[in-house]
Amino acid sequence: MYPALLVDVTIFVLALWVGFEVISKVPATLHTPLMSAANSIHGIVLAGAMLIAVTANNAIGYVLAFIAAAFAAANVVGGYVVTGRMLKMFKKRPAVLHASPEPSAVTAAANGSSHKGKSA
Amino acid sequence: MSTFDWVIQLIYVFSASCFVLGLHLMNNPATARRGNQVSTSGMIIAVAATLAIVVHGGLIKPVGWVVMIVGAAVGAGLGLYSARNVQMTAMPQLVSMFNAVGGGAAALVAVHDYMSAGASVSTTTTVTTLLDVIIGAVTFSGSIIAAGKLQGVINSAPVTFPGARIVNLLLAAIGLGLSAYLIGTPSTALLTVVIFAALAFGVSMVMPIGGADMPVVISLLNAFTGTAVAMAGFVIGNWALIIAGALVGASGGILTKLMADAMNRSIRNIIVGGFGTGDAAVAAVAAGGNVQSIAADDAAIQLAYASKVIIVPGYGLAAAQAQHEVAGLAELLESRGIDVSYAIHPVAGRMPGHMNVLLAEANVPYPQLKEMDDVNPEFARTDVALVIGANDVTNPAARRPGTAISGMPILDVDQARSIIVIKRSMGHGYAGIDNELYVDPKTSMYFADAKKALTEMTAAVKTLVG
Repeated sequence: MYPALLVDVTIFVLALWVGFEVISKVPATLHTPLMSAANSIHGIVLAGAMLIAVTANNAIGYVLAFIAAAFAAANVVGGYVVTGRMLKMFKKRPAVLHASPEPSAVTAAANGSSHKGKSA
Repeated sequence: MSTFDWVIQLIYVFSASCFVLGLHLMNNPATARRGNQVSTSGMIIAVAATLAIVVHGGLIKPVGWVVMIVGAAVGAGLGLYSARNVQMTAMPQLVSMFNAVGGGAAALVAVHDYMSAGASVSTTTTVTTLLDVIIGAVTFSGSIIAAGKLQGVINSAPVTFPGARIVNLLLAAIGLGLSAYLIGTPSTALLTVVIFAALAFGVSMVMPIGGADMPVVISLLNAFTGTAVAMAGFVIGNWALIIAGALVGASGGILTKLMADAMNRSIRNIIVGGFGTGDAAVAAVAAGGNVQSIAADDAAIQLAYASKVIIVPGYGLAAAQAQHEVAGLAELLESRGIDVSYAIHPVAGRMPGHMNVLLAEANVPYPQLKEMDDVNPEFARTDVALVIGANDVTNPAARRPGTAISGMPILDVDQARSIIVIKRSMGHGYAGIDNELYVDPKTSMYFADAKKALTEMTAAVKTLVG
C-alpha cells in the first residue's frame, strides 16, 4: 500500500493534466462561462464545510463551520445559476430567425423588423 | 474499508467524471449548456454523498446540523439572489466574489481541521494546511479588493505607496517564516498570525494592479481558489475536493496565461503593477498627420453600401451600455445582405471572454463572434471596420519595437479598406500612447458617446435605404 499522501498527490497531478487538456480546447467565446463553471466546481468545498460541521464541538468550531458552509453554498449555487444564465444567451441565430433554415432567405424576411428581445 | 466507504468513493469518482465531462462540453457553445447541467448533476450527487457520510457517521450533534443547514441555506440564498440579479457588465465582480468565498471556505476547512487535531497534527497535514490557509486567505482578500476595484468602490487605478514592495516582502517573510516554524511546532495562535499576514498580502498584492489588468488578476485568483480547494482536499483526505480543485487550478492557470499573452506582458510584470506610469513616455509616437472626422450620414453611406463589415468592440462599448445599439445596427446591415461579424480581442472586457457574453446578451448570434486569430486575415477583405470603444488593441504601433505596447497581439483593423472609429475624444487608451490608427488616411473619427453614435448611425442608415 502506498502512503495516502502519495495517492493524493498522484490524483492531484493527473487531474491537473486532465484539466489542461480539456480546458485548452474551450474557445475564447466561452471563457467567461468557463471561468464561472470552474467557479461552481470549486464550490465542492461545500463537502468539506459539511464534514467539519460534524467534528465541530465548540463555539469557534461552529462559527468556522457556519461561515464555511455559507461561503461554499453561495459559491456552488450562485456559480451554477449564473453560468446557466450566461449560456442560455448564446444562440446560433437571433431568436426571431430560428424558424428559417436558410440564412440567405432570412435576410429578406428580417428586413425592417426591429431588434427582438431575449427569449429568456 | 467498509462497503459504505466503497460506495461513497465510487460516487465521488462519478461526480468528478461529471465535472470533467461538463468542462469538456464547454468546448462548443452548442453543447455548453448541457455541460453545465452535467456538472451540476455531479455536484448534487457529491453533496448528497457527503450528506450520507454525515448521517452514516452518526457523530454530528444537533447544533452541528443547525450550523450546517442554516449556513448552507443562507449562503445558497445569497448566491442565488446575486446570480439571478447580476448585470452581465458586473459579471467579473461576481466571479471575483465567488473566488473569494470559495478560497475563504477552503481556508476555514483547513483551519478547523488544524484546531481539532491539536498537538497531534502530522507534518504532512501541517504543510497542506498551511498551503491551503495561505492561498485561501490571499485569494479571499485579493478577490474582494479586485471586486471592489471592478465595482468602482475602490480606486481602479493602480494604488501604490512608497515602500509598498518592502511591505509585501515583509508580509511574505512573516507568513513563510512562521509557516516554517509551525512545521513541527503546532500553534493555533501563530496560525492566526499567518492568516492575517496572508490576508494583508492579498490586499497589497491587488491594490497596485490597474482596472484593465483585471482579466489576468481574476484568472490568477481563480487558479488560486482551485489550488486552495485541492489543498483542503489533502487536509481532510477527500478526493472529490482534490480533483475539482485541480481542474479549477488548471482552468485558471490556462486563462491567466492566455490573458497575459494577449497583453504581451508577463504575469510578474502585471503583479508588480503600475502599467502606463513608467516607460510609456519614451514611446511618444510621431503623431503627425490629420485626424478626419465623419458625420452620421457619411458613415451610413459607407456602412450601407459595404459588402463586409467587421465591428471591433472594446470595453468602452460596455461602459456606454451600447451593446443593444450595436446589435441593432448589425442586424439592420445584415438585413441588407451585408456580411457582419465582430472581432473580439481576448482582453476586450474586464474578464476573459467578457465581451462575448455582453454581445450574446444583446442577442448577437455566437457564430458572428470571432476570435482574434480567426478574424485578422479577414480585415484585408473588409470594406468597413467599425471600432467602438477599443483603443490599444487596434494600435498598429504594437507591431514596431520601442512602444509601450510593442509585441502585444492586435486586431489588424488598419488593413480594412476604410475604418470608422467611434470615440468620445482623442483621449489615450490604457497604455497612455497615441493610437496611430486615428491618423491613418483611411480612418474617419466619429466623436460621440457610443450609444448616441450608434443610434444616429442606425437612423441614418434607415433613412438612406428607406
